[in-house]
Amino acid sequence: CHAAIIKMDLKKKKKKKLYWAHIWMHGTPSICQLRLILYILHVCSVISRFTPEILRKGIHGDTMTENGCEYRERVLTMDTMNPNVKRVEYAVRGPIVQRAVQIERELKMGIKKPFTEVIRANIGDCHAMGQKPITFFRQVLALCSYPDLLEDGKFPEDAKSRARRILQACGGGSLGAYSTSQGIEMIRQDIARYIERRDGGITCDPDNIYLSTGASDAIVTMLKLLVSGEGMSRTGVMISIPQYPLYSATLAELGAVQISYYLDEDNCWSLDISELRRALQEAKKHCSPRALCIINPGNPTGQVQSRQCIEGVIRFAAAEKLFLMADEVYQDNVYADGCKFHSFKKVLFEMGLEYSEKVELASFHSTSKCYMGECGFRGGYMEVVNLDPEVKVQLTKLVSVRLCPPVPGQALLDVVVNPPQPDEPSYDTFIKERTDTLATLAEKANMTQEILNQVPGIKCNPVQGAMYTFPRIHLPPKAILEAKEKEQTPDMFYCMKLLEETGICLVPGSGFGQRDGTYHFRMTILPPKEKLKIVLAKIKEFHQHFMAQYS
Amino acid sequence: MCRVYYTPLPRGGKVLTVDTMNANVKKVDYAVRGPIVQRAVQIEKELKEGVKKPFEEVIKANIGDAHAMGQRPITFFRQVMALCTYPQLLDDNKFPEDAKNRARRILQSCGGNSIGAYTTSQGIECVRHDVANYIQRRDGGIPSDPDNIYLTTGASDGIVTILKLLTAGEGRTRTGVMISIPQYPLYSASIAELGAVQVNYYLNEEKCWSLDISELQRSLQAAREHCNPRVLCIINPGNPTGQVQSRQCIEDVIQFAAKENLFLMADEVYQDNVYAEGCEFHSFKKVLFEMGPEYSSKVELVSFHSTSKCYMGECGFRGGYMEVINMDPEVKAQLTKLVSVRLCPPAPGQALMDLVVNSPKPGEPSYQTFMMERTAILSALAEKAKLTEEILNTVPGIRCNPVQGAMYSFPCITLPERAINEAKAKGQAPDMFYCMKLLEETGICLVPGSGFGQREGTYHFRMTILPPTDKLKILLNKLKEFHQKFTQQYS
Repeated sequence: CHAAIIKMDLKKKKKKKLYWAHIWMHGTPSICQLRLILYILHVCSVISRFTPEILRKGIHGDTMTENGCEYRERVLTMDTMNPNVKRVEYAVRGPIVQRAVQIERELKMGIKKPFTEVIRANIGDCHAMGQKPITFFRQVLALCSYPDLLEDGKFPEDAKSRARRILQACGGGSLGAYSTSQGIEMIRQDIARYIERRDGGITCDPDNIYLSTGASDAIVTMLKLLVSGEGMSRTGVMISIPQYPLYSATLAELGAVQISYYLDEDNCWSLDISELRRALQEAKKHCSPRALCIINPGNPTGQVQSRQCIEGVIRFAAAEKLFLMADEVYQDNVYADGCKFHSFKKVLFEMGLEYSEKVELASFHSTSKCYMGECGFRGGYMEVVNLDPEVKVQLTKLVSVRLCPPVPGQALLDVVVNPPQPDEPSYDTFIKERTDTLATLAEKANMTQEILNQVPGIKCNPVQGAMYTFPRIHLPPKAILEAKEKEQTPDMFYCMKLLEETGICLVPGSGFGQRDGTYHFRMTILPPKEKLKIVLAKIKEFHQHFMAQYS
Repeated sequence: MCRVYYTPLPRGGKVLTVDTMNANVKKVDYAVRGPIVQRAVQIEKELKEGVKKPFEEVIKANIGDAHAMGQRPITFFRQVMALCTYPQLLDDNKFPEDAKNRARRILQSCGGNSIGAYTTSQGIECVRHDVANYIQRRDGGIPSDPDNIYLTTGASDGIVTILKLLTAGEGRTRTGVMISIPQYPLYSASIAELGAVQVNYYLNEEKCWSLDISELQRSLQAAREHCNPRVLCIINPGNPTGQVQSRQCIEDVIQFAAKENLFLMADEVYQDNVYAEGCEFHSFKKVLFEMGPEYSSKVELVSFHSTSKCYMGECGFRGGYMEVINMDPEVKAQLTKLVSVRLCPPAPGQALMDLVVNSPKPGEPSYQTFMMERTAILSALAEKAKLTEEILNTVPGIRCNPVQGAMYSFPCITLPERAINEAKAKGQAPDMFYCMKLLEETGICLVPGSGFGQREGTYHFRMTILPPTDKLKILLNKLKEFHQKFTQQYS
């Protein structure tokens, strides 16, 4: 009888919890105690039957079935969802950005703040910061979208001929047809020629080009191919710290092992081969390191790697049998005197057959950065070098499942790699727009570094390239303590306060990784010059105020 | 950098080989772009090089790619896209006012008024509002919350994202995903890639590919022996099978999902593609809410839509959305975080999605042209659906269910014993053998049924109904001729 009561009881999940809680507190219950429990449970169930549904849902996140006694948990809950997804973090669009969106809403509703607008310096989103699109690119895309415009006298001939050429390569002459999964063949040929020009004639095979949905898509795809094994044999992927959090997020999602190597902040965020070696040796104790990711020019750190450094990396990868992934989306964003962009592909091939026939390399590029800043189109490509042919077949199969990258993004990429030539009508305008954009960026890079370095307690490396500064901030112990009490990282605490007081939205360094005990933030250099000056002045003021308040 | 550190370069193999690569990726199969399509591309190249073939062109009836088959884009949509892309055109009086208004509205909700800015990861807010309003209209007023809308890179992206969230556990607790057989191979491919367990339920070919609850029950029971079935995927109208589910059937499915604690995924990308008389599209959302709060407050449902199908056929833009219903709020926060890693779906695709859900209204200057284009496309599709079924059913050895909806016919083909044996000797599935031969002899590119799954011992192919009517007739007749010849040759 005892057993039967218990069995009946245990059918109800919630009751089961109570029952075991009782046993835990009081030991095995007597019949009398059991009756008491049953009574309590009965009362509970009566109450819950009459609780408004919305309340129960709010409290328990589950609902009742038609007969009203059996609880039904949701199928998909925090406990039952993919645990790898839970581990994913992406600071660039994390809590601070969510709060920024809220504040924007509050401002719209008329809530008074010590500022009138939120300035988003958290993400490399050029057009959102007022950068104008390149006229030629948009003309070609408009023509491709609505080919009736080809009859329109207003468009220059070079734009029309580019549009015609792209449309001819599309199924049914429409941007609306699927392309081959690897990307439109003609565009892959144009990219290959662009890479050859960039790399001083080193050959590039269009069959090694894969178009993608922004560079992110291609990076995730390559990492996906690389991840295998379990336990000690699980794939480890070496990424720089600080890093762009797409990498850490993807490794978490794929359940790969993140291997951190630290950039040298004291040497302008340069990469030290001995640090690579240290990271690798340690990692070999618990996983199987198989890939090395490099971002050059650096995100969030803005350094541009020397040719010498890239050679060192390639030698290291060759000696240690690592697959190289070179994230080169900022290849046109080089500002500092004496710095130059060197592609991994070019350096690899200049190192001779011993390396160029052997080191596996994937290089990534995108329409989102450089002088075009066309993030919304999600255009991008990767070039794979020395990829095992059988694996290449697998790669082609894998990308075919998603059918194709967005065709407008592919078309845009085509005009990026095949821009107006000196004898074409749009050339002058194009060059002027391009040069202006890059010159302004260079100026802003310089300005940012100069102003930030005037602030006691902020130390900023030169922004040699890319679109970000990643200055180190010294935070007073009192601030660190208060942050810890709030269960925030100290730089999150700092950035959140900055947002609330000035409307400036930055990303705390902890979202990118940094050496223990150091604090940073990432700030884009993209706001228009005048606005950027204000932002920098406000940060300066805030930082001084913050230091005073917490020391 | 001290070179003395470096040991001699290791000899031999590559880092990334088929032996060392992700094992799940190896298991992925996607027939719609599989070996037969690769061969078709090769043949096209050979034709260009002047190689003689018994045909002049390859006809790709393997994929639902409307524009590639000659369907014209909707003028209004493309006008707005051009305006959004090159806003200087807003000063051009050649464009109708309603197109300009739509473009201005979209641009105003883009960062820096440019379609080149990133959008929020969930999708542009005004587009999500328009999607919610569209769903509400479609479902007779049942409310839709823009916060439950996620814009995606085509429907595929949304489907993979949700499956990813749902995949957990190991061994017997590993997530099982119920999919129809035949199915659209995106499902089997994603399940393989995620290492989830594919749980097959068979559609009833005898009853026009309808769905039997008893078959769901059987399949679920069997799966529970070895995994943890948590998801039920439905494609309605069906791909590749073209059936349109009755309201009753959808109700039964919802009841089943509620009773068995299954998460529902409703792939409704063909919602405007319903041709057969007496058939009507019922959204899972609508039926769910009409079944009362007992179900509507409980059953977790995600519904998918896209710009690629219906009358627009804008596959290249990769526009799409999903609506999530009754999703645990904490899981929803995880979903939002997950999609943020990829930054945002392509903004042009989002803009296009906006136009699809907010098309010209009566009284607006573009309304008539829009309606004319839309109606013409849908009635041509209806006609071709009928034609396909009729002609195929005249061929002895081919049996074809009515194409009630979607864009495909999935006829059953009888293959002679000798052909089956020859295929097996070649290590090919018999229907792959058949389709490959068809391609080589006629230039027609179809996808063998084995790529979608079918009952053992039965053979099918999937063929789109998209070629222009004249071409479709030629194609069907060639197919007829080929089948007769094939049957003769192997019997």
